[in-house]
Amino acid sequence: MDTRYTSTAIVLHWLVALLIFAAFPLGFYMHDLPLSPTKLHLYSYHKWLGVTVLFLLAIRLAWRGTHRPPALPDSIPAWQQAASHIVHWGLYVLMLAVPLSGWLMSSAKGFQTVWFGVLPLPDLVGKDKALGEALSLVHTGLNYVLLALVVLHVAAAMKHRVIDRDDIVSRMLPKGGRS
Amino acid sequence: MMRMVFLLTAWLLAPVAQAATFNQFLPAESRLTFDYQQMGVNLDGKFNRFQAQLNFDPARLAVAQARIDVDLASIDTGSEEGNDAVVGKPWFNVKDFPAASFVSTGVKPLGNGRYEVSGKLSIKGRSVPVTASATFQSSGNRGVFDGSFTIKRLDYAIGEGEWADLGTVANGIQVHFHFVVTAAPSKK
Repeated sequence: MDTRYTSTAIVLHWLVALLIFAAFPLGFYMHDLPLSPTKLHLYSYHKWLGVTVLFLLAIRLAWRGTHRPPALPDSIPAWQQAASHIVHWGLYVLMLAVPLSGWLMSSAKGFQTVWFGVLPLPDLVGKDKALGEALSLVHTGLNYVLLALVVLHVAAAMKHRVIDRDDIVSRMLPKGGRS
Repeated sequence: MMRMVFLLTAWLLAPVAQAATFNQFLPAESRLTFDYQQMGVNLDGKFNRFQAQLNFDPARLAVAQARIDVDLASIDTGSEEGNDAVVGKPWFNVKDFPAASFVSTGVKPLGNGRYEVSGKLSIKGRSVPVTASATFQSSGNRGVFDGSFTIKRLDYAIGEGEWADLGTVANGIQVHFHFVVTAAPSKK
């Protein structure tokens, strides 16, 4: 029985992690900047990163639906197994909800999202100031939930690596990283 | 005597000719909008306050005249942040240059109610010739001009310094106008 994630799942996981670790602080930093060409560029990059996460999420879900992830060993208590599933699915939900709320917010504020400046995404809602401000709060709120779940996710990985000293994390690491 | 009769006839007929001269501008029904591109994204805006003085008789194009004055502070770029920025010094600098003006130099018929309107557009102390294509449709004493033209914002130094970067805001700005006019009855 395979105890590791597939190479595709590993690449997708770390790619999305990298994009989130870029997009999150960028979003945090850029929104208070005074209007400048730099700000407009950063907003575009942030939006492109978010849409890329959304795009990769679709691939991840399709891959996961056709490739069962390795089961957790029985040595892990049931409550920890349940917690891990909840956090993992919570992360999937947020990888969908965070970029989607950003996309909708952009449309409501009247700024269409054009992926990499080339591919225009449809405006799913029309320009609406009140809706834009509401979606801005939703986008921010969801990001704090995402941050909390990522902290939990990383803390659990550290716990397995440092305290339990088991093989759980190495299942998601490139082969050379196997301990 | 003959001369008197002629002048009298001309005077009597004058209101008929006058009736076809559209010279009353209806700002509340008119629109002045523009399209621009920012980071590859199409955006649009409008001006809320503008005035026109014009004299247009489709039968006497040689004497057709138009002057349009735009209160630049009345701009709406689509976002408050944009509106606050664009009246500032690097953009329109409305403190020193509060208005933009267009003064026509000629109108050429293109057939089927279409016209080519040439003139000078002055913004921020710079005047550049522009040519707009427009249609004119009238029913009774009410007429509507619809047309557009494209300007290059850097011709007028709209967006200086860091904003001169055309990768952020593109150079070409498409201006669209929808002007409603009426033909005032002769006052004589």
